[in-house]
Formats: sequence, C-alpha cells, structure tokens
Amino acid sequence: MTDIAIVDYGMGNLRSVSKALEHVAPKATVVITSDPVVVRQASRVVFPGQGAMPNCMHEMDSRGLRDAVMHAAANKPFLGICLGLQMLFETSEEGNVKGLGILPGKVRRFPAAAAMHNADGQKLKVPHMGWNQVHQAIEHPLWHGINNDARFYFVHSYYVDADNLEPVAGYSFYPFQFTCAVARDNIFAVQFHPEKSHSAGLTLLGNFVQWEPSATN
Amino acid sequence: MGLAKRIIPCLDVTNGRVVKGINFVALRDAGDPVEIARRYDEQGADELTFLDITASSDNRDIILRIIEEVAAQVFIPLTVGGGVREVGDVRRLLNAGADKVSINTSAIQNPQLVADAAGHYGSQCIVVAIDAKRVSGVDLDTNRWEVFTHGGRRATGLDAVEWAMKMQSLGAGEILLTSMDRDGTHNGFDLGLTRAVSDALDIPVIASGGVGSLQHLVDGVIQGHAEAVLAASIFHYGEYSIRQAKEYMAQHGIEVRL
Repeated sequence: MTDIAIVDYGMGNLRSVSKALEHVAPKATVVITSDPVVVRQASRVVFPGQGAMPNCMHEMDSRGLRDAVMHAAANKPFLGICLGLQMLFETSEEGNVKGLGILPGKVRRFPAAAAMHNADGQKLKVPHMGWNQVHQAIEHPLWHGINNDARFYFVHSYYVDADNLEPVAGYSFYPFQFTCAVARDNIFAVQFHPEKSHSAGLTLLGNFVQWEPSATN
Repeated sequence: MGLAKRIIPCLDVTNGRVVKGINFVALRDAGDPVEIARRYDEQGADELTFLDITASSDNRDIILRIIEEVAAQVFIPLTVGGGVREVGDVRRLLNAGADKVSINTSAIQNPQLVADAAGHYGSQCIVVAIDAKRVSGVDLDTNRWEVFTHGGRRATGLDAVEWAMKMQSLGAGEILLTSMDRDGTHNGFDLGLTRAVSDALDIPVIASGGVGSLQHLVDGVIQGHAEAVLAASIFHYGEYSIRQAKEYMAQHGIEVRL
C-alpha cells in the first residue's frame, strides 16, 4: 500500500515534492500518481499544483481525479501546496473558474506592482516571489518545531481570501495581510512551497507524514 | 517585515564543472557543482542558479544529471539556464528538478517560446535572462542599453528596457539581468541599467554582473531596486560566505532571510 500519494495532474514539477518527502520519511512509500485508485488507497495525500488555476482544474478533471481528491480531503491527512491550497476554495479570479468548494472563500489577484508599495515606498513586484515570514494563527501539529514568523518560499500572483477566520492557520503580509495556510480537520494547505523552504519546510513535511488528525483534533 | 531580498549564487557549469569567466572569457575552474550547491545551501543561499555554458550540445545531458543530484539533497529553489531552445528543453529541466528555467538567446530568436513555456508551465517557472551592454548616454537621462546574445558577441539592436517589458507581457515571471560591461570586473552592478529595468516592470528583477564586494549587493537592492542579487566569484573562491553577505545587507537595512 502507498503511504503517501502525490496527486499528479500534469501541472508542474513534482519531483521536488517527492524528494523532500522521501528525505523526511525515508521508510515511506512515496508515489507520484495520476491514478484515482492509487490516490483513494493511499494513507496520506499531497495535493500540489502550479501554473494557472483554470488549467489545473481542467487537467485534474480530465484525468478523473476530482472524486479521489474530494474523498482524500474528507478522509485522510491531506496537504495542499500552492495551487493545491487555492483549488480548495470556491472560486478564483484567475479565469473566473470554480474551485472544489471545500472551504468558503475566493482566490484573488494581487494588485499590479504599480499599486502596491511597502512602508519604505518601494514597489512590490508580482508574482510575490521569495522568502516571506509566516505568522502562525493557531497551534497545529504541522507547525510543531517551526518558529513563529519563520520564512518560507513563496511564488504566486493570486492569494486566498477566506470568508471566515475559522480555517486560517497562518498568514503573511504583502503588503496587506493574506492567508497563507489553512487547517480544518484532516486538511492542511499552504500557499508557500515547503519542499523549497529549507529546514522550516522539511520540518513541516516531516510533521505531515507523522500527523494523525483524529488523535490531535 | 515582509518579503526578503534574495541572494542567489550563480554556478556556471561546463562539462560537469563549475567555472567562472571574466567578461565571458578566460574560464577558471571553481569545483564540483553538487558540492558547491550543498555548501551554499548550508550557508543560507535563498536560491541557486545554474547556467550551462557547455558549447557542444553533445554534453547537454550532464546538466540534467547534476540537477537531479542537487534536487535530491538541496531544498531551495533551483533555476537552470543555457541551451534552452524549445518547450521540450523546459520540460526536461523541470522534470530533472529545476524549479525555474532561464531562457536567453532563444527568447530573441523565437519570443513565442517564452509565451508557450509560460502558458504551459506557468510564469512562475519562466525566467528570461537578458545580457545588456551600455551603448550610449553621457548622463543619466540619455542612458541606453542594448541586448546582446551569444555570450556578448552578437548585438541584437533591441533596447534592454523595451525587451524586458515585452518579455513580461509574454509571460516571463522574472528577469535575470546581466550587465556585460560589468560581468567579471568586480566593479559592481550597472545600477542605472538595473534600476531602469526594475522600475519599468511589475515582475521581479535579479541583478547580475560585476559584484566584487558586499557593498555592491547592497547597492543593487537600494540603488538598483533589484529584488534579488546574483553573484558568483565572490562566493566561489571563499572571499565571502553567503551568511556574511546577508549579515552585511541586514546591517544596511535590507530585509534578508538569516
């Protein structure tokens, strides 16, 4: 049986996610898969994603993965990364596409750099690319061993605007506050890339592979 | 507090070795790419950039094996450039473990490649590298820079600022901007060039070419308005560590990841 399935719907490089998971869980079986059956049978599911959200939704559906992803999000430790966070929400301004609607809220675009400045008056570029601080809004097993305000690697032009604070597990500033991590039951999802975030990211992934949501929530 | 400015060591790779040239010539061996990548990762590099400067296409696969090996042990973003001619090259590099692919000469020969690659894999993984030379300007108002290709040997007639804007509109997620006048000189970035391009764009600009001191890195961010600074030789030969560079930048009021 597969311990950890990384859902592959043809959007982006999943090798980094896979290598990072193998690094923190050398004994686990980690597979990159586009087979809904493998996703259904895995004990943990990682749901990554890159590129544009309309393409991601389309590619996921064209591979018949939607039901398996919905099933995983309802039943087992589930980690969304980047687009894998955004797709959990209801709609996105990117192509005005519908998401999976698992969590209430919208995905919005950062305003153009011309409209965004930091406190020093410097223009803030879009995509939001690089290492930003993550403020932990709640205590959660996936934050274990990670300093509050630790830096993680981000690269995105759209952000999640959750309808209520209930699922918000972490937030960052660019320059305004935006949600960068959500948690509900067996779901944890992040805007940043833990697989590219050095020791803080590896700690988060290590926490995920050991997470037993029923025991902790 | 917010987004940190990035320090990116650059590894020019040929035939499986890291080398460094002066003004794109006179190569000097700097070591094993995997070993160097690990060292920079330990020192706190924010990303790594590999440029495959192998002349012959026979040896192109060497870079794929290096990236595979690095990606299995270094968990920070990796950018790879050099010899990217078609979407298939982008795919091969991403599959080997690159997070971003840098396109240079081919963007000029075939701008549609940038649009196709960004359309397919997303802007976040498409970097356009621009090599520019100052061509005129006696004062700050009349400065102009031209895009060059083939390691600085071939003029294109393209204005660097206009070209960068065009690449942004085609879907580039980031610009890697190298001053050919400064590369390898240790005299600092061409700050006028860096600022002109960065101020004209919405997407991040990485300043490159000419770093010889830690103050140059500070200047690139504060005066050049770069979101990231790239350097090679000051790190390769042990002159400074990444950590020292970051501490220096922090002392000068720049937000960095320490």
